[in-house]
Amino acid sequence: MTDAVLTPDQPSARAGTGIDLLAKFDPVIQMRASLLDGGQEDPFNLVMERVLSPTRAICNGRDTILLGTYNYMGMTFDPDVIAAGQAAMEEFGTGTTGSRVLNGTYSGHKACEAALRDFYAMDHAMVFSTGYQANLGIISTLAGKGDYVILDIDSHASIWDGCKMGDAEVVPFRHNDVDALEKRLRRVPEGAGKLVVLEGVYSMLGDVAPLREMVAVSKAHGAMVLVDEAHSMGFIGAHGRGVAEEQGVLDQVDFVIGTFSKSVGTIGGFCVSNHPKFEVLRLVCRPYVFTAALPPAVVACSTAAIRKLADGADKRAHLWRNSRRLHEGLRALGFALGTPEAQSAIIAVIMPDLERGAMMWEALLKEGLYVNLARPPATPANMTLLRCSLCADHSDADVDVILGMFRRAGEQVGLLSR
Amino acid sequence: MDRADADARIRSLIEPFNKAQVAITDDTTFAGDLEFDSLTVMDFVAAIEDEFDIIISMNQQAEIETFGQLVDAVVTLRG
Repeated sequence: MTDAVLTPDQPSARAGTGIDLLAKFDPVIQMRASLLDGGQEDPFNLVMERVLSPTRAICNGRDTILLGTYNYMGMTFDPDVIAAGQAAMEEFGTGTTGSRVLNGTYSGHKACEAALRDFYAMDHAMVFSTGYQANLGIISTLAGKGDYVILDIDSHASIWDGCKMGDAEVVPFRHNDVDALEKRLRRVPEGAGKLVVLEGVYSMLGDVAPLREMVAVSKAHGAMVLVDEAHSMGFIGAHGRGVAEEQGVLDQVDFVIGTFSKSVGTIGGFCVSNHPKFEVLRLVCRPYVFTAALPPAVVACSTAAIRKLADGADKRAHLWRNSRRLHEGLRALGFALGTPEAQSAIIAVIMPDLERGAMMWEALLKEGLYVNLARPPATPANMTLLRCSLCADHSDADVDVILGMFRRAGEQVGLLSR
Repeated sequence: MDRADADARIRSLIEPFNKAQVAITDDTTFAGDLEFDSLTVMDFVAAIEDEFDIIISMNQQAEIETFGQLVDAVVTLRG
């Protein structure tokens, strides 16, 4: 860590050069500077000095409850998962130093893909080095020049980047609007390939897509369907396979994208599918080919965690109960929330503006609670959000403590009346 | 389709999005003169698409900066 990371950049003219290619970021520099000028603790530079458990860490010197991770199922400190990783590191070393299609596929990578096939009961699984690369790679490889990608306007950055990289015609529709999707599908020129890209849970507001209707409409118009289940794996659906399972349409989804950096508790991404020609993607998908394969310890931890997630029904029930309790409690305090009821483990608290959002974030941190501060352009409709994401390891008592922290912080910042 | 007809229909569709009542000419720009942000663009494009039963993909939108270019694009897409 250098001072450069800790010190906000200064907009300045640099003598003796031509056009400064970083000048276009001056508005971002100004935004950050004006936020920090008021003595605000920097919401985008938090350091976790020690991590005590999936739900506790020492952050900026304070003992803190973590309510802004994607560690939904608490796998990061699971003894079996850690043991699997330690054994793999001893046996296979620290890293692969090679592509999956050259020297980077170890027995651990194949075991991990087998665990995914079992988890989803699907024929094929392909592991990428990050979730971002899974979307980037699969979407750009499936939908090329002349094809159409029809996607929700609130899609994740990795989906947009995949569209751009593939050079397909990109057609967005209003968030979760089945009619808007249907109209666009109807207007795609005759003979063009169509890929509909949806997410199970949208991560900013924590709302769920009407996949049953959307998949039906997509199939009726002859489109292939890809669903990103990053925020639902392990938690939503009877087997934890996600929103498509919950809504009974998983068998009609052509490609499911997922990540290891949420419920699985490591890093990596994947695509599972029943498409008979799926394996060819390993040879033609550039973000899969031109990057090093995951380290042995990471795939071993992931495999162990995926196998455990399959048997996680009790943890799922506990996490649902606490998500609903937190949602009801925050609503009762008077906060505006992103969904009318808890639809996932993400509860988004809507802030009136960035300034008060940052003040509230800091007040919560001083109370000993970490949540995510999310701001435009990551958020829909230019909202500032305090995003809470629960973990199955949060106890019932934790939820009560968290609600007390929100009440005190809200009163202090003036968002709640005393 | 007739360019004058497309012009008139788009002119009326733009009305609710033209908050500052900017006078519309062929050279009026959406980002600069009308100050459309990305959400406004999506709603406005959806209104045009519904009116003319066409798709204007984001790739095509990237080439359209002015009102006149939009009218031309719609005429072309309608064929």
